[in-house]
Order: sequence, then structure tokens, then C-alpha cells
Amino acid sequence: MPLAMVKAGQRVHLVAVDAGRGLQARLADMGLVPGVEIEVVSNALHGPFIVAVKGCRMVLGHGITQKIMVA
Amino acid sequence: MKPKIVIALAGNPNSGKTTIFNKLTGARQHVGNYPGVTVERKEGYCRYGDMEMQIVDLPGTYSLTAYSTEELVARNFLIDEKPDVVVDIIDASNLERNLYLAVQLMELGVPLVLAFNMSDQARAQGHEFDIEKLSSYFGASIVQTVGHKGTGMKELLEAIVAAAKDGASEMNRNDENPSGALLSKATIHSPFRKRPVMDYGREIEEEIARLESLIKLKVTGKDKDNLRWLALKLLENDKAVRARFDTPEINDQIEKSAARIEKMLGEYPETAIAGRRYGFISGACREAARSTVELRHTISDRIDAVVTNRFVGIPIFMGLMYLVFQLTFTLGDPPMGWIENGFGWLGSQIASWWPKGSKGALKSLLVDGIIGGVGGVIVFLPNILLLFLAIAILEDSGYMARAAFIMDRVMHKIGLHGKSFIPMLIGFGCSVPAIMATRTLENRRDRLVTMLVTPLMSCGARLPIYALIIPAFFPQVWHAPMLWLIYVIGIALAVLSAKLLRSTILKGESVPFVMELPPYRMPTLKSVLIHMWERGWLYLKKAGTIILCISILLWAMTSYPKKTVFDVDYEADAAKSEGTYLSKVTRLNGLLGLPEGAPLLVQALRAELVMAAEQDKYYEHEAGYSDAKKKMDDEILGLTQAPDGGKLSDFLKMRDDVQKTRAAFEESISQDEVEKESSAYSNLSGIRDAALESLRRAAPGTYNAVIHYLDDIEAPFKDEKTRIEQAKQAEEMAYSVAGRIGLALEPFLRPMGFDWKIGTALVGAFAAKEVFVAQMGIVYSVGKADEKSEALREQLRSHYSPLVAFCIMLFCLVSAPCMATISVTKRESNSWKWALFQLGGLTALAYVLTVMVFQAGNLLGIGV
Ligand SMILES: Nc1nc2c(ncn2[C@@H]2O[C@H](COP(=O)(O)OP(=O)(O)O)[C@@H](O)[C@H]2O)c(=O)[nH]1
Ligand SMILES: [Mg+2]
Repeated sequence: MPLAMVKAGQRVHLVAVDAGRGLQARLADMGLVPGVEIEVVSNALHGPFIVAVKGCRMVLGHGITQKIMVA
Repeated sequence: MKPKIVIALAGNPNSGKTTIFNKLTGARQHVGNYPGVTVERKEGYCRYGDMEMQIVDLPGTYSLTAYSTEELVARNFLIDEKPDVVVDIIDASNLERNLYLAVQLMELGVPLVLAFNMSDQARAQGHEFDIEKLSSYFGASIVQTVGHKGTGMKELLEAIVAAAKDGASEMNRNDENPSGALLSKATIHSPFRKRPVMDYGREIEEEIARLESLIKLKVTGKDKDNLRWLALKLLENDKAVRARFDTPEINDQIEKSAARIEKMLGEYPETAIAGRRYGFISGACREAARSTVELRHTISDRIDAVVTNRFVGIPIFMGLMYLVFQLTFTLGDPPMGWIENGFGWLGSQIASWWPKGSKGALKSLLVDGIIGGVGGVIVFLPNILLLFLAIAILEDSGYMARAAFIMDRVMHKIGLHGKSFIPMLIGFGCSVPAIMATRTLENRRDRLVTMLVTPLMSCGARLPIYALIIPAFFPQVWHAPMLWLIYVIGIALAVLSAKLLRSTILKGESVPFVMELPPYRMPTLKSVLIHMWERGWLYLKKAGTIILCISILLWAMTSYPKKTVFDVDYEADAAKSEGTYLSKVTRLNGLLGLPEGAPLLVQALRAELVMAAEQDKYYEHEAGYSDAKKKMDDEILGLTQAPDGGKLSDFLKMRDDVQKTRAAFEESISQDEVEKESSAYSNLSGIRDAALESLRRAAPGTYNAVIHYLDDIEAPFKDEKTRIEQAKQAEEMAYSVAGRIGLALEPFLRPMGFDWKIGTALVGAFAAKEVFVAQMGIVYSVGKADEKSEALREQLRSHYSPLVAFCIMLFCLVSAPCMATISVTKRESNSWKWALFQLGGLTALAYVLTVMVFQAGNLLGIGV
């Protein structure tokens, strides 16, 4: 399921990034690699998300949250 | 051979690089530019023992794969300029993320020192590190530091020197030339400590080996030691490294390797490699770092729960912005007054080197050109510094990243994302640092759009134009809404143009928005001041260089060529008007009960005119000034002692009393800025009328004669005198270069309701917006004018309608950004094309818009 559907407060694991090579590499550089734990700190319908990855907070735009597959 | 050893400070943004840089270098630093891209480059010097070090503060970067211009600069420096030692400044309270860069630096093979900065915070949050172990994992010494307190600086320097010696001894073994300072020590140093090698797993390692053997034949010199790194970068599809090995054979192998890895691991090579690196870091941290991590972000998260809340987030943001602007303007006001007075004093000091009324070219250049021009810009420094101070506080505390998050949804609608909002905010201070702040944007199209529309954010320099015009044409209650309207028009236009650009020439998929959210942190005074100053300095530099030159140029353009033979004989006109005045005065005799044709009154008033003309030549403290007064007093005294002299002195006394009463009224009105129609106004005018009435009752005849004299004889005479002076100055102005340009432009300006005088001022405004007001002052020859000049407002009111006034503000808001902006756009976009596009586009937009507003206003009869 896409990260966009995860509720605030939930923890999930990244399965894959369904995006072009560039964006995949970019996200991997930021620690969004398969297997990593993602906690959704705040989510906004059609807006950006705040997630915690490896103890670090980051903002992900709405478009990206639909491309990140999690379980 | 390098004269000194070069130390680079690398690290994630906000990890404390600049703080440590300042601690190490103290005052011994300077700011330069990186060649090619202009990013301010800070370097400084530091001596430790007998080692002289040059320290470079690099822009923050999260990885060696550069996504933004800033990151590219850091990467290129590390790779191309090969510093002797790289110090990776790590935020120890956020270790895993920060170590990612450290792994890459380790792989790059540069002599490396890790500074675990923010160790105070790390400790407070319950992190514990096994420094020994971590140090062996990364093959680098680790020093724990607290940047702003200077803790660990000595140890850091020790580690740097040791790493430099290590590096040098290795270079020596490889028959290379280490820095001169290191040569002697290096030979006696023990063999180089072997750096650990990351193991990427069989699949990836095999492909690395394949590529290594392929490129082995192509590399020379130092690259030979870097074979593994180069192969890895090729596999990671690194653009710069691939360009270095752009042969069909190698490209072919890279494609094949990538395909194989994809097939076996189900990931692109670069994703897999990043995954392994994070795996390595996780492993290292599991072994050597203990923490109660979950505690770390709780305070931060709790603040975020409010600040980024869907409902209250935007109101809080708006409230903060309001506060920022309110503080900027209220706190900025007093120092602005001091600076204004300072420059005023300086101007009059310099003017007094010449006799009063002298028209010397040098005096005029210094006082009107340079002090007037540069002073007009420096006056806004307090406002701009305060705005930058507020922005620095917002940035350092971590709120700015949240603001970008909040604004993302809005910005998204215009095809940009949240990060573009920060440069735009800085644009309210000055476009130059704002455009430089676009460097943090990763996508070139986003960056260009942001750069192009940033000048529409009404900068501090445009404020005096509004401050002059609004009170001149609009009633008090309209002042604030009018100013607000202008700002909002700018913002709305920026939004519309961004949208337009994004859907036409700068079309393209909107780039993904990813941004780190730093934890909230109490900003330290010093670092906030440094950040404020870095941007403020750009503004000052503009004042010191461009505006100084422009002021001189504009001064010359408005002063030359000088007209010597005038179309009209102004002196004859003045003499004629004086004659008319005196003959009218003669007719007062009847009213005063003096014999017809009696010369007393005429002689007394002529003596006053003579004195005024004489006093014009001297400063008040000079002898000539009081001599002239004494001469007149003697003459009038003589006249009053003549027969009928009593009537003359009654007249003069009554005149002075009436004038005093009227002047007192005017003064209190202007001092307290009393509005007409207000109760205070009718109060004051009541007091005045009562005073006049009692004067009238004391001597009705004399009083009536005085009123007749003041209102029907003296006032028209004075008006005529100013008219003649202004006509003369206008003729001079029209003859000058600036005037000719204005006149040539007039046909184009007419549709906007502008005349050639505004045209000349607009020429000045192109150089720098601030110049507009001073230039209007010159064309209307009201002397030195600033945005508070009542005389200039009076002139504007009598020449233009409120509609035209609004059009002036609109045009100045939108039209051609100042030259400094154009040149910074050129530098930052690396092409004249975009700079000229910005210039042309905004000017065209301003023109079309202003013509529309003026014509529509005229048709509908609004403000005409
Ligand atoms: N608590 C704490 N704050 C620090 C430390 N070092 C720097 N800071 C603060 O962290 C903020 C960011 O520092 P700065 O040097 O601008 O980071 P840069 O972006 O890497 O140059 C500033 O407000 C510093 O005062 C430290 O060791 N401990
Ligand atoms: Mg810095």
C-alpha cells in the first residue's frame, strides 16, 4: 500500500519506491531504503507528510507519498 | 607545493560547521567566491603549533551525490581541490543520518576527522558512544565537540594535524608532493593506517571489480589509488564521473553491470549501494552507540503537533509573519532617524567647506550625488537587518523548515514547492540575498522560476517611494490599507507569473518535495547575528559599489550639460514681478492713512528684500548674515523715526504678529500630523482665529491692511518667485542628459499618465529603486528630498492626480528590478538570457498593467 494511506502515528516498513531512477536514488540517499522503518508523524490529505526515518524527521510531498510502497 | 595545509569543513546543514569554523579561525577569515558558480566561500586561517592551516567552510550537504547548487559546490571542492584533511562535522544527536556522509568521505579516501558536534545535546538526550570502536569502523579519529562553547577545539586540531601527517606520509610513499609544511614530519611518521573497506556484497563487489579492471588502463596519477571509488561512482551512475570515462566500452559495461544488479537484487545499483551504506551505519551504531532514541524528538514533535497542525498551522504562521514585519518597521524606525540625521549632518558639514550658495561642481557631486545617493540606501539598513535577523532566528530555531512545510500546499498550486517560499520571504528585505538563497532549491526550473518572480516581492528599497507618495495623495485612514494593497499586488503578481512560467517556458513535472526537518533548537545569539550579517553584507556591498557608481552617474546625467543661455530671461521676469509687488505695496498707503505716494512702506519692504538677497550668500554664523540684518534694522529704524513713522511700525508689528499666529498654527498641525476635519484641527484653528480676532479688535484698520498685504500682495509675489525659479530649473533639467532621456521617453510614458519628470526619476529607479525619491526631489528642485519631504509632496500633489500616484507606485513595484538584482540573476542562473528575460518580462508586465490601470481609472473617473 502507498505511504499516502498510512495514518498518523503508525509505523510501517518500506518495501519499494515506485518512481524513476533519479527519485529512487534521491530517497535512498536520505535513508529511505527498502526495509527501513517509517513512522508517520503527521499526515495531511493531499498535502505533505512528516515522517520519522532513523530518528530523523523529514517532509515528503504529496506526490512522493503515493510512490512509496510500504507494508 | 601548497604553502599551507588546507582543511575542509564538511557536514550536513545545521550541524555546526560555521560555528566551529568561527571558533577555529576567529577574526582571521575572508569571504570569496567559488570559481564558476557564485556561492560565497568562507575561508580563514588558523595556527596550531608550527602548522599554518587554511580552513574552508563548505555549504551543507547530506551526501556526495549533489542535488542542489550548494551541495555541488561542496562536492566539487572535496573532489577537485583535494584538501589535505576533511573534517566531517556530525550532529551527534542525529548520528545515523549524519554518518551517511562520513561513509562516503571514508570511501573517497581523503584524510578524515569526524567531529561529533552537539555532543552536549547528544548527552542530554541519552546517547552514549563507544568512540574507540566507531573510530576503527570509519578509519578516522573522532573528537567530541560543543561548537558554540568551543569545547574540544584543541583535540580537534590535534586530530587534524595527525590526520594531515598520515595523509602526507602516504603521499610520500606514493612519490607525490605533500604540502610543504608536512614534508619534514611526514618522512619520520609511522606507516599510514589502512582505511576500512565497505563490503557491498558479492553481486555488487563483482561488478565493481569488473569496472575497476576496465578503467585501470585509463587512469593516471593519484586516481590510481581511487580506482575502487571511481568504479563505485560509475556504478552509482554519477554524472560527473561518468563524463570522465565516456567511452562506448565503459558505458556498455556500466549498462550491463546495472542490468545484472537489477536482475539479482531487484534494485537499481545506486539504491542498493545506499541501502548497504545505511546497513553498515546501522550495524556500527548497534555495536557502538546506545541511546534512548525515542525520547529525542518528543519535545520537537510536540511543538510540531501544534505548529504544523492542519487548522492552526497557517494562522500561527501568519501571526509570526505579521510580528516579523511589525517589529521590523517599529524597531527600525529610530535607528533610521539617526542614520538620516547623520547623513544630513555630514552633508551640511561638507557643504560648509564652500561659501553658501556656491554652485561648485565638486560640492554638488559630494553632497547631492554621493552623500544623497548612498545615504538614501544606507538609511534602510536597520529595516533590512532586522528582517534578516528575524529570518535568521526562524531558520536557526528550525521553524523555517516548518514554514516551508506549511506553505507547500499553497506553493504547490503554482507549480513550486514549499522551499521556494524562503527566498521569497527574504525578498521583502532585498532581492539580492533572496536570489542567492534559491541555491537550496534542487531543481533548475524551480530555481529559475523562483529567481524570476522574487523581485515582485516588494523589497525594502521600494518602501520610500510608497512612504513619499501615499501620505501625499491619500487620507490618513487609507495609508495602511494602501501600503498593504501594494504588497498584496506584488505577491499576487508573483503567484500568477510563477504559475504562468511553470506552465509555459519552464514547464515540467513538478519536482518531488523532500526536505529534512531539523529538530527545534534554541538559536544562539552569535550564530543568529552571523547569519543576519551574511545577508545584510550583500545589501551593504550593493550600496557601496553599484549605488555609489550609479549615484555619481545619475548626478552627472542630471547636472550636465549645463544650460548657459536660457530661452526665457528669468532675471527680467523676477525684476518685473518685484516691480509689480512694490507698486501694489504703494497702494496700501490709503488703508494705513498715509499720504498717497508716501515712500515709507515701499522703502521698508524693499530693505527687507535687499536683506534676504544678501543673506542668501552667507551661512547664519557668518558675519555677512548678521551684517545684512543690522543694515536693514538701521534703515527701518530710520524710517520709523520719520514723520508718520509710527504708522509704519504699527503695520510691521501687526504683520509680524499675524504671521506668528499663523505660523504657530501651521507648526502644531504639521508636528502632530493633525488631520483636517478632525476635532483637534478645529480646536487649533479656533485658537488661531481667536488670537487673530483680538489683534483685529486692537487696531482694525491696520489689521485689514496687513491681511490684504499678506494674502493679496505678498503671497502672489512669493508664488510668482517660486514659479520663476522652478521654470528655470525645469529648463535646466530638460537640457540635461537625464531630462533628454525623460523627454524622449515621454511618448511611451503618456499612456500611463507619466510625464518626462517621472521618466527621469524612473531612469534613476532602474539603477536602484531607492534613487527614485531623490531624483523626484531633483526634478522638482525642492532641494535634498527624502521620503518625508513635505515640499516634495506639495509639488507632487499640484502636478499629479491620485490615479497617477497609484500608477507610479504600481510601476515601481513591478517594473525592471534594480541593476544589482539583474546582475545577481545573471550570476546565479549563469546566463544573460534569464537576466534579460527577467528585466524585459517584468518591465513589459509593469507597462501593460500600469497602462491598463491608468486608462481604466481615467474612463471610470476614479482618482482623476
Ligand atoms: N547545542 C549545541 N548547539 C550548537 C552546537 N554547535 C552549533 N550549535 C548551534 O547550531 C546552529 C547551527 O549552527 P551553524 O554553525 O550555523 O551550522 P551550519 O549550517 O553547519 O553552518 C547554531 O544555532 C549554533 O549556535 C553544539 O555543539 N551544541
Ligand atoms: Mg553554515
